[in-house]
Amino acid sequence: MTCEEIRNLLSPYADGELDLVRDLDIERHLAECPHCAAALEGLRALSARLSDPALYHQPPTALAPRLRAALGRPRFPWRRVAAAAAAAVLVAAALWGTVRGLSAPSAEDLLAREVVDSHVRSLMADHLLDFKSDDRHKVKPWFLGRVDVAPEVKDLTTERFPLIGGRLDYIDGRPAAALVYKRNDHVINVFVWRAPGPDRPPVFLERQGYHLAHWSDNERAFWVVSDLNEEELRQFVELLRR
Amino acid sequence: MAALLSGNKMLSASVQSSETSQTWEPRPLRDERVVRFEQAILPHLGAAYNLARWLTRSAHDADDVVQEAYLRAYQFFDGFHGGDGRAWLLRIVRNTCYTWLEKNRPRAPMAQFDEAKHSAGRPAPGPEAPLVAGEDRELLRRALAELPDEFREAIVLRELEGLSYKEIAAVTGAPIGTVMSRLARARERLQEGLAHRRPEGP
Repeated sequence: MTCEEIRNLLSPYADGELDLVRDLDIERHLAECPHCAAALEGLRALSARLSDPALYHQPPTALAPRLRAALGRPRFPWRRVAAAAAAAVLVAAALWGTVRGLSAPSAEDLLAREVVDSHVRSLMADHLLDFKSDDRHKVKPWFLGRVDVAPEVKDLTTERFPLIGGRLDYIDGRPAAALVYKRNDHVINVFVWRAPGPDRPPVFLERQGYHLAHWSDNERAFWVVSDLNEEELRQFVELLRR
Repeated sequence: MAALLSGNKMLSASVQSSETSQTWEPRPLRDERVVRFEQAILPHLGAAYNLARWLTRSAHDADDVVQEAYLRAYQFFDGFHGGDGRAWLLRIVRNTCYTWLEKNRPRAPMAQFDEAKHSAGRPAPGPEAPLVAGEDRELLRRALAELPDEFREAIVLRELEGLSYKEIAAVTGAPIGTVMSRLARARERLQEGLAHRRPEGP
């Protein structure tokens, strides 16, 4: 092989990515050609410099916990709540199962996943609020003309569920109003979109560590999602529907 | 949850008191999918961030991209059938980077290696200025940052991440032959860039 042919193969040779036959050809050539040998040394020196740990960017320490939290790791003591939540989910599932048959994944499952994803995304991507206000008289009109539904906006500050604002979102293939409330450090997303149909009472679910509730009146669908525990979420839903 | 339910479907709807649901206590109510995901994919956060950081060339953007990529990875996790979690994740990170860059930095020209710019921006130090280790590293960092995307990703995946050509091909979607030639050319460019900017040896 000529020097030029060898030079073209030095990079994969240095990486150990050539077959044995070509490896041997190159070794033979290198033993006789100091120029190509020097070129190989140059490649090896470059590799050594690139292995400098200072060139490897380490993630900020806050990133892993943030990802883990967003993936639905519970942030509250489970032991007591788990039993109640599990029972409640079973009840809901049993009731739902008898109504819907046990086929999977149901439309509810798909929607629940979408709602959870949307909730997670709202927390992750710094896109929780399009409109920040604790004044329901400002939040409600903000949605006018932006979504085809009039969301119910309640002031639940005295019940310690302060309203913090609203956002436009997209659920189930249509625009939805997202109202954002808080309980301490927990964010609660309330999605409302236009869905004419029968009235349905609230159903409570747990998906990926989040608690959800959904119900509908004859023109709107409501979905609530949060990492709040089951009891607080039920309390919140009750207040919202009062 | 699906697994929890299917294993316990027999529990009747009357299970309501905490006494009867004692059996639930040792089992956390976490989706098994989340647990599997955390075990298979989360440990590769370092690799994900490093790649995103080199491709976006910004700490802030890398943060956003990695979060977005993990969200996508989680959504597509059902399509992960074991094997190399790192390469699987890096492919998603890479694609997320490019989509993200396209959306957030429309029409920003990819940095081509520009000799005139380099010599103008940084006059070559005279032979009396010895290159200390830190400076040397900084030159390399800049030379790498200025490589075109497809060369930069090849170098990062090979030299910093230690992936094989086959793995790089899987991450970038390019044939192995292309990976090979990109790496060779990227190395040439790095060497040229460094040679141009460092003082001649004594």
